[in-house]
Amino acid sequence: MSNAYRTKNSTGLINKNKKINFSFNGHTYHGYEGDTLASALISNGIHLIGRSFKYHRPRGFLGVGVEEPNAMVQLHEGNKSEPNIIATEVELVEGLKAKSQNCWPSVQFDIGEVNNLLNRFFPAGFYYKTFMWPKSFWMKIYEPFIRKAAGMGVAPLQPDPDRYEHNYEHCDVLVVGSGPSGLASALAAAKNGARVILAEDKANFGGSLLTDEVTIGNMSGKEWANDTVAQLKSLPNVILKKRSQVFGYYDHNMTVMIERVSDHQENPSKYTPRQRLHYIRAGEVIVSTGSIERPISFGNNDRPGILLASAAKEYMTVYETLVGKKPIIFTNNDTAYSTALEFLKNDITPVILDTRNNSNGELVKEVKQKGVNIRFNSGIADTKGHLKIKSAVIGELDKDKENFTSLESIDCDCICMSGGWTPTVHLSSQAGNKLKFNEEIDAFVPDKKRQRESAVGAANGSFTLNQSLAEGFQVGFDLSNKFTDNNIETNTPNSKEPKYEKHERLWCMPLPQGKKPKRFIDFQNDVAVSDVELAIREGFRSIEHVKRYTTLGMAGDQGKTSNLNGLQYVSNIEKKIVPEVGHTTFRPPYTPVTIGAIVGREVGNHYLPTRKSPIHNWHEEKNAVFVAAGLWQRPRYYPKESENMNDAVNREAANVRKNVGICDVTTLGKIDIKGPDAPEFLNRVYTNAWLKLPVGKARYGVMLREDGMVFDDGTTSRLSENHFHMTTTTAQAANVLSHLEYYLQVVWPELDVNVLSTTEQWSGIAVAGPKSRELLSKLFPNIDLSNEGLPFMGLVDTNIDGIFARIYRISFSGELAYEVNVESNFGLHMWKRIMDEGKAFNIEPYGTEALSTLRIEMGHVAGAELDGRAVPFDVGLNGMVSKKKDFIGKRSLSKEAFSSEDRQTIVGLVPLDKRTKIPEGSHIVENDKVASPVPKLGHVSSSCWSVEYNNPFSIAIIKDGKNKIGKNLFAVSPLKDISIPVEVVSSHYVDPDGERVRS
Amino acid sequence: MLEIKCPYCGKRSQNEFSYGGDATVKRPMLGEEISTEDWDNFVYFRDNPRGKHTELWHHVSGCRQWFKASRDTATHEIFDTCKMNEAFNE
Ligand SMILES: [Zn+2]
Repeated sequence: MSNAYRTKNSTGLINKNKKINFSFNGHTYHGYEGDTLASALISNGIHLIGRSFKYHRPRGFLGVGVEEPNAMVQLHEGNKSEPNIIATEVELVEGLKAKSQNCWPSVQFDIGEVNNLLNRFFPAGFYYKTFMWPKSFWMKIYEPFIRKAAGMGVAPLQPDPDRYEHNYEHCDVLVVGSGPSGLASALAAAKNGARVILAEDKANFGGSLLTDEVTIGNMSGKEWANDTVAQLKSLPNVILKKRSQVFGYYDHNMTVMIERVSDHQENPSKYTPRQRLHYIRAGEVIVSTGSIERPISFGNNDRPGILLASAAKEYMTVYETLVGKKPIIFTNNDTAYSTALEFLKNDITPVILDTRNNSNGELVKEVKQKGVNIRFNSGIADTKGHLKIKSAVIGELDKDKENFTSLESIDCDCICMSGGWTPTVHLSSQAGNKLKFNEEIDAFVPDKKRQRESAVGAANGSFTLNQSLAEGFQVGFDLSNKFTDNNIETNTPNSKEPKYEKHERLWCMPLPQGKKPKRFIDFQNDVAVSDVELAIREGFRSIEHVKRYTTLGMAGDQGKTSNLNGLQYVSNIEKKIVPEVGHTTFRPPYTPVTIGAIVGREVGNHYLPTRKSPIHNWHEEKNAVFVAAGLWQRPRYYPKESENMNDAVNREAANVRKNVGICDVTTLGKIDIKGPDAPEFLNRVYTNAWLKLPVGKARYGVMLREDGMVFDDGTTSRLSENHFHMTTTTAQAANVLSHLEYYLQVVWPELDVNVLSTTEQWSGIAVAGPKSRELLSKLFPNIDLSNEGLPFMGLVDTNIDGIFARIYRISFSGELAYEVNVESNFGLHMWKRIMDEGKAFNIEPYGTEALSTLRIEMGHVAGAELDGRAVPFDVGLNGMVSKKKDFIGKRSLSKEAFSSEDRQTIVGLVPLDKRTKIPEGSHIVENDKVASPVPKLGHVSSSCWSVEYNNPFSIAIIKDGKNKIGKNLFAVSPLKDISIPVEVVSSHYVDPDGERVRS
Repeated sequence: MLEIKCPYCGKRSQNEFSYGGDATVKRPMLGEEISTEDWDNFVYFRDNPRGKHTELWHHVSGCRQWFKASRDTATHEIFDTCKMNEAFNE
């Protein structure tokens, strides 16, 4: 019968007027608005939800919220499919499709369950022990096996179609958790005028106030919660966020919160994000994250239908769902009696087992008064029921509670267990808080804080309502006073709650005589008491080692329900107290976070900013193939019709050598340098001399790092006495600017110089080739472009169509060449004008590939040679190094190693067959026939097809290069399994004397 | 992510800054006669203290000023920041 497990009274948060249909493992069910997938399934009598990780044991719900270790499902289908989702955290929405995972062929009948029968072969450390050797088995046999066996859900293969956003927030006080202490702190801080954010993971504010029968002021807990939330909503300085989990606490009070924005909406609009990641920099963080109930370890304590007493209560009070109709309540403390009372309200009388000898707590008395028989000094030894709990083997404990004195079997359809409460200290711990052990509650609580973080309420170990409220109001007020002068204090209302007696220190039941059922501690990773015993027996002592060996607490739930029970058990065996055992480290995220939320909008084209030159669209129209140069998109080559890349590049490069080519060099870094000390500064920054550079002239310069390695090169020109224009490589533009700023601001602040990036202010167009002068003369008839009028390394300012243009006579291609610079906005116009005028000279655009070909042939070094390992001597730049003056990095050049004959220096290579292109990165060896390791002489840095000689040519950096010229060596590429006989030649392959650029 | 107070712009997130290393290292004077050992110490060797460290930061995605910070390398607490020509308020 559908929804047969609903409570009698509708006092929860379910809207029975709105039915919601959903499917689970192909069957259709319905629940109601307000249900979670978990409560909807339970109300339909379904507890079996999945199979466990290691043994494939049938598992159901243990909890009701984030603490849930078992109930992980695969949601949705196709590209929206999402694995490992905790069913207790999924709000029911029309048409939701969920299925079990880690089972095949079905959750009822799972082949992998054989692991359970073989469980003696799967002890702690199983993976370490079994899959160690032989090594050759790893890739083909072990890894696929482990992957299959360990496979939980299945990640979708298609891109995620959903939208995720990032948001940055600042506030004075962030309150995490909206239970009594959280609401109290938020109210106190907000009323005092602080900017407050209140975050609640669940769909409703109120925390324990939604489930506990308490009175605050003259209201019920629930009413007070609603009233407080209404007050907070009315205040403009408060942001209330439900469905929002603060999962990470980082340095300087940076917290990160994930908000589930539209998963619960039936038809979210197209632009509503699915989730939103909030980076919140909070002045103060109040951790009011409450506490999580501890399970108890007993034989087969993992069957579907066995769950936490608090979860059973919340299912009844909030979700109007009965976890069973024949319950056993098993506890070591008073709080589980409130679950018993909820059952009684539904005319269900539970069997109550209490490990303690007695209790006179108020709830216990109330239950007794209702005539329920409480079996004190009792526990559960074992359970039966394959896919769902059917019966429990229970009995009385002996005096030391180390054995059962008698055993009997009783029928049941659920067991609600309670081992007391663990404060949720994760965030405090992430914030660097050194936790301390509180013996009163047998759990760790925050102690010495490192950041501006304060735990209140149950998260602070304050388990009574009075304490929680008092702490909340006090801390909220105190902290808000740091940010406002209002000094408005809110009074703590009186509150009433039942008095509790102390819990018993017993979290693990003895085994039934002669039997060894598994007593689980960590449900998600299938770690049982016997695994911890084994780890200790095998000599693991540090809790961090025990954790890794057994995998206790290492699952996705981060041991929310298992850490303390594990610690407690280790301390029992080791006969040490828990604080001596210590605790493992809590790390973010507190709950699993989807990759989509972390990535946010940084997908596709938004992954990185794209920089485009003003001429970009023209390149696109001309069919350019683009290549990324840092963030820039540069034309790589412009294929015509059926041309492949090689054809196009050869055509473009050959046309520069023969006619004239045009290349967009806007991406080059440009830095404007001004000030009376500018010449002196350049003189210190560059290896060559700069003091005497005449106005109107450019000079090539090389910069070093302090360790003597070449940092960057480029052409810098003197525009006026104290004004220079520096160019850098595209790749190093940003680094060079930082470098200059460093020396001006930190090292030589006495120099009066200013530097400013002008990369984006200028558009640069290279016009290269023997016909470039003729072309530009036509375009600029008023200026003298003759070799005398504008010699190599000269520059001239002019105008065209009313646009300012600066023409530099500089060359990267080794040909007669110019670079025309105009203000960026006019880059496209200038480009088109040159193209139009150039038609008569057979002008063609060339991309970065042809640009490379041209510079490689000429032996001009670039990024591949200047890779941070080369001193000027290595790459033929000795001539650039001044002997007279000092400059950055000079002292390093005198180090012996940098002038050794063994240094790898620059040479050219031509394959002997004049046909085979040498792959970049190939190793150069003397003899390719000797056994490995073959002594390596160096490597190939750049390769091209020489359009001048019509054969391949490469630049290489090899040991004692100068003396190797004329020798035959081998270029080997083990990656491509080739060995190419090569001749070593000069790196200046074309026009070694540089006549063309000066022609 | 750290929150760093640029002496020119105020508090900003760490992702606007780049780190510049030990601020107490002094570059030798230009043209200074210096032993290889002293030079190598300047170029390569840095202390790596646990605790208080005086260091350089560069507000690259901001005002582009280099400045000094006094930071605890273990806890990341930043005690103070100041302009290059100033001293910490300690
Ligand atoms: Zn700044």
